[in-house]
Amino acid sequence: MISFDVLVAVCLAYVVLLFIVAFIAERRAGKGQIGWLRSPLIYTLSLSVYCTAWTFYGAVGYAARSGLEFVTIYLGPTLMLVGWWWALRKLVRIGKTQRITSIADLISSRYGKSNLLGVLVTLMAVIGTTPYIALQLQSVTLSFSVFSTANSRGWDLPDQNATALWVAAGLALFTVLFGTRNLDANERHHGVVTAIALEAVVKLVALLTVGIFVVWGVAGGIGEMAERIAASPIAETAFRPGRWVGLMAISAMAIIALPRMFQVLVVENADEHHLATASWAFPLYLFLMSLFVVPIAVIGLSTQPAGSNPDFFVLSVPLSHGREGIAMLSFLGGFSSATSMVIVAAIALSTMVSNHIVMPLWLSWQSKGAASVSGDVRNLVLRSRRFSIAGVLALGYFYFRITGGSEALAKIGLISFTGVAQVMPALLGGIFWRGATRRGAAVGLVLGFVVWAYTLFLPSFGPDAIMSAALLSEGPFGIGWLRPEALFGVGGMDPLVHAMFWSLSLNAFAFFALSLTGFPSPLERLQGAQFVNVFEHSAAARGWTQGAAEAEDLLVMSQRILGPDEAQQLFHQAAEKQGKKSFLPDTTPDFLAHLERELSGSVGGATAHAMIGQIVGRSSVSVEDLMAVADETAQMLEYSNQLEAKSEELSRTARQLREANDKLTELSIQKDTFLSQVSHELRTPMTSIRAFSEILMEGGSEMSPEELTRYSGIIHEEAIRLTRLLDDLLDLSVMENGQVTINAQDGNLRSLLDRAVAATGSLDGRGRIRILRDKMHEDVALYTDTDRLSQVFINLITNAQKYCDASVPELRIRARRSGGMVAIDFIDNGSGIPEKSQAVIFEKFARLSDRNSAGSAGLGLAICREIMARLGGDISYLPGQGGAAFRVTLPVAEAAKAAE
Amino acid sequence: MKPPGRPLFLARRNYSARRATDAARLLPLVGLFLFLMPLLWQADGGARSLTGQLIYIFGLWALLILGAFLLTKRLSRAADGQDAAAGRPVSTGGSDDQL
Repeated sequence: MISFDVLVAVCLAYVVLLFIVAFIAERRAGKGQIGWLRSPLIYTLSLSVYCTAWTFYGAVGYAARSGLEFVTIYLGPTLMLVGWWWALRKLVRIGKTQRITSIADLISSRYGKSNLLGVLVTLMAVIGTTPYIALQLQSVTLSFSVFSTANSRGWDLPDQNATALWVAAGLALFTVLFGTRNLDANERHHGVVTAIALEAVVKLVALLTVGIFVVWGVAGGIGEMAERIAASPIAETAFRPGRWVGLMAISAMAIIALPRMFQVLVVENADEHHLATASWAFPLYLFLMSLFVVPIAVIGLSTQPAGSNPDFFVLSVPLSHGREGIAMLSFLGGFSSATSMVIVAAIALSTMVSNHIVMPLWLSWQSKGAASVSGDVRNLVLRSRRFSIAGVLALGYFYFRITGGSEALAKIGLISFTGVAQVMPALLGGIFWRGATRRGAAVGLVLGFVVWAYTLFLPSFGPDAIMSAALLSEGPFGIGWLRPEALFGVGGMDPLVHAMFWSLSLNAFAFFALSLTGFPSPLERLQGAQFVNVFEHSAAARGWTQGAAEAEDLLVMSQRILGPDEAQQLFHQAAEKQGKKSFLPDTTPDFLAHLERELSGSVGGATAHAMIGQIVGRSSVSVEDLMAVADETAQMLEYSNQLEAKSEELSRTARQLREANDKLTELSIQKDTFLSQVSHELRTPMTSIRAFSEILMEGGSEMSPEELTRYSGIIHEEAIRLTRLLDDLLDLSVMENGQVTINAQDGNLRSLLDRAVAATGSLDGRGRIRILRDKMHEDVALYTDTDRLSQVFINLITNAQKYCDASVPELRIRARRSGGMVAIDFIDNGSGIPEKSQAVIFEKFARLSDRNSAGSAGLGLAICREIMARLGGDISYLPGQGGAAFRVTLPVAEAAKAAE
Repeated sequence: MKPPGRPLFLARRNYSARRATDAARLLPLVGLFLFLMPLLWQADGGARSLTGQLIYIFGLWALLILGAFLLTKRLSRAADGQDAAAGRPVSTGGSDDQL
């Protein structure tokens, strides 16, 4: 027999154990031995605050009443966790980069650090969570009563209210002790989290023990259990599709939107990698928690007397079988579920209340007095948080007192889920859609909350409790389509699904409609970009403009919030980063943003922003600043494009250089060969001149006049050849130095070509080569140095004569006008010039082979090129014409010049 | 002009990392689809036995957990590989106080 005193003693011992665990964890963390305190396992177990007493006891009751439907409450979170890559990963990253302290802070920060939204979400969270806390108190007190009724000797249950009061007070004490040790809500509450992880284990072990006892101890094995399940009345329960879908959706949202879940999931998260582990480990936890629910419900229904509360089968089944140990463990499991939920919810709510209600009030009261912040803010925040915890628990207690034991309280779980789920449009819209605005979020939240209260929360108290029976059945003032449980004439739905449907859809519609039509403030847009693109740029964008020297004021304020040591260290580090030796850094935008982020970890985004704004004293960001940020990004892009272009240019230049180098190498080889060639060329005439002049000297008197004439003639010819060679060299060097003068005069291309052909002795097909001309097109007026141009033409024709290796050599001369230029092509039918040589033929001394080259020094084409350059034209080799082909281009005489 | 830093094609390791994230996105949708199957049974009119439904739901649940577990392993391996390939230390999501 378990007496009341034993129960209380066990409870107390358990609580003491929790205190010790929390204390040790805090001590270890304080010494920096964090180790397993930050493991993924602890994180996953701490998520189990999702499973409250309502689910610990209530799931079995739910299964007994509605069959399999209870499982949706766990399937929703399972899907959300399994799909962590969609939303949770982003939420956790945002929570880290923005140092988010609560769900109200998240919404408020996203929408331009709006305090209005912070207050709204906080109020909604308090209204939605208080009944839930009351529910936990009720379940603890009721579980006491189960022991008393199961007791044959019977002990009188002490005053339920007193039990609830003691439980509430104890929880408040624990939460204040371990939940408000440090100000920075972003720092982990190691003690609390570790205690909760322990409670998670107790819950799981308790439920599994009861389940195993029921399956193997009572039913007698899996086979028998399956038979009893098939035979049980639960099998007959109707399947309700609307609730199946609706509950899955609402529980999926609840895992993010419930303040306590947000606290453990996002705020207390120490490492993003833990989320990856939790993505399968937490569903596994839920799986195990619900594995034995149906067997327990089935056995409970068949073994317990009719009329006993199915919510407490977890306790009454082991008790009725005389297993007091198991019942005790199960009682502790339920107690753990209740306490862990209350503790975390109280911490989350107190953070919200102090950051979004107390601090703004205090700030506005402050700003009326002194200009800067005074007093010890740190203590103020902590105190306000402690009072908030006590306040929240007191609210829960009074709620329990007022509605205690009523049916209303049992249903509050899902009603509360639906209430807090109203933040979902604003939350999801905020992290995935940059167009979401503060106005849309605020109106959507309010509308959704009002509809929720009207259609679900208030009617849940029953007719004539808050809403009159007439209002419930007829609608306000007899307007039928406004009936709370059949809004807009949509009756016949399950009230919960009905409320969920209308509140969330009206909420979302308002949110989207107002977001689409409004224009957000610059700060909103800045925050929106940072939230939505959190994975793209984790560095903060600028939120402040450069200010004058208020660093000292900022330090004074920061000291009061962060504490003197932390604040001084922060400022000192910032100053060092800026390369300054003093304690006061320049108030650069970067520094201000950093400081604001640090402060918001303690007092929330909106308050931190307001405090800095008060000192810096101007609006933080303008559209121009946003544009500047965008410009910087654009400049980066531009710069990288420029780099790319530069590197392309460099590789192009390198290619050119390589080509030039190849050309130079080849030229140098050619020059060497030419030098030997030219010395040979010079030597040949010199040798004959010397030989014949010797003959003349030695035998001058004996020679006949004919011989004399012949020999001196040879000497003369050779001397002329030498002179011509030297002339060419001279000519070229003169032209290259630009010392040549151009005697421009009018001329006609045809007559020039005629002259050139005649000069080369090829007229009328009498020469070695046949020349084909197109005289009609040659009628082009020129204003140029006709002598020089003829020289080029003669050179080209002579070359063809010399080098064309066809059996019947031909040279085609074509002229074509295009634009202001005329192009004259000289194309022979020989074998042409090999590609590798095409690049060098215009160089000095270039000669392709010794073949047919007698008397040529390889200067002709070089001279031609120089001439054409002087005449404003060009000469180039034209590949692919079936023979050697040169193109001469030069400007046509303009009308004005021709007229001169 | 292509945006800088966004290659069109990826190496094998990065490619499979991308596919792993695709799978991670897809898994909950598959789970949702299968968890909604009871609705179709209902439309069918033929009531399934409670035991059968229990086995279906819990079996599916277990498979989903297993799938999530395997995917997480693959994702973290891929992430480590990517980080190592990029020559930076594996980020443990510590403080993001850098400005």
